[in-house]
Amino acid sequence: MQISSRELKIIPTSSELTFRDIWGTWKARWGIGRMAFIVEPGLYRIGTPDNNSPVLVSANYKMSFDSLRKELNGVNAWILVLDTKGINVWCAAGKGTFGTQELVNRMSIVQLEKVVSHRTVIVPQLGAPGISAHLVTKASGFKVVFGPVRAKDLKEFIKLGLKATTEMRTVKFNTYDRLVLTPVELVGTFKISLMIFGVLFLLNLLGIGPFGLVDLYAYLGAVVVGCVLTPVLLPWIPVRAFAWKGWILGFIWAVAVNVLNGWNWTAVPEYSILRALGYLFILPPISAFLAMNFTGSSTFTSFSGVLKEMRRAVPAIIISITLGIVLILVNSFIL
Amino acid sequence: MKHRYLKNVATLNLISSRCSGCGKCLEVCPHNVFLLEGRKSVIVDKDRCMECGACAKNCPSNALEVKPGVGCAFAIIMGWLTGTEPNCDCSPGSGGSCC
Repeated sequence: MQISSRELKIIPTSSELTFRDIWGTWKARWGIGRMAFIVEPGLYRIGTPDNNSPVLVSANYKMSFDSLRKELNGVNAWILVLDTKGINVWCAAGKGTFGTQELVNRMSIVQLEKVVSHRTVIVPQLGAPGISAHLVTKASGFKVVFGPVRAKDLKEFIKLGLKATTEMRTVKFNTYDRLVLTPVELVGTFKISLMIFGVLFLLNLLGIGPFGLVDLYAYLGAVVVGCVLTPVLLPWIPVRAFAWKGWILGFIWAVAVNVLNGWNWTAVPEYSILRALGYLFILPPISAFLAMNFTGSSTFTSFSGVLKEMRRAVPAIIISITLGIVLILVNSFIL
Repeated sequence: MKHRYLKNVATLNLISSRCSGCGKCLEVCPHNVFLLEGRKSVIVDKDRCMECGACAKNCPSNALEVKPGVGCAFAIIMGWLTGTEPNCDCSPGSGGSCC
């Protein structure tokens, strides 16, 4: 076997994002073709790198790869794309696909030792849950330097001689970071929402309704509160558990729905008090549940924490919604 | 505004006697949980830990223990429903959102 005669395959790329790249990111943010938004694993060159140029490791989720290369304007570097099955660096590191084994294998496949004369690779810091730096060195001879969390700090990191400041090492989760994650949350509720509408429609047909416009906007409002408003207002809602955060805003929404329908503390709403109570039991837990699911998108929740929160929230949510449904159905039968 | 999650839940544990003070945990931790004091790493704020496991994986002297896991309610629900370990395996249309 003549392994040494294998050809080096280097794929050219650039720091310019085309309209198609940006459109692809936009689609992925809305959950369209997200799992097919990938690039080929392998070795890429950006600019005109030589055997002294830095090697930057990335994932083969195209959004990860694009957000790296767009920060490399004017930089000559190698990009080593690992096969993470189209998952971003942090999530793939958690799963282990962005991992020690894959990095060592990929370096060997692309024959990195023939491309560069130094023995250092720069791995994004958020890849650290999957990559054991000392084991990579042991297996390959390459030293792993953990780079900054955000690609936009890479130029500065390289300029500082591969040193990251504490600032570069810290994960942020600002309002914009949270806002861009909300469309995919909303899209995720479409299927279940359609099923709920279907059931309500059937109940109307059976004469158990009538469910109408108020129910529709009450529900949609609770979804928006859970999927968009709670994530955006996250740090300002003064409780820690995500379900609680969603419940509080959902409760305010439920009160608002009743007020919009004529409830002003002296007069009852246009509908009966049972139905008003029903909304107060159903809408907040819907928001709470959806807000709780945002833990997966957040950057700071632990498994132990989410589990603790869920052990209390999930039964409470089920009980509250069941009670609310009973109230509303009883109300429909009485009228 | 600083994000804060539940208190006293993280499974992170530092075995100080094994720590060589190399500072690798400070380098990989995304939430500044550690500080070097003297020639040892110390946990300054355990409640900031999100159990990603980066520190334990990169500690050359095995001084850190943490049960790594996904802090994702959807993954945990799917784990309950399918009877498997929760993992970050969302696919489009499944309603998941973690990756």
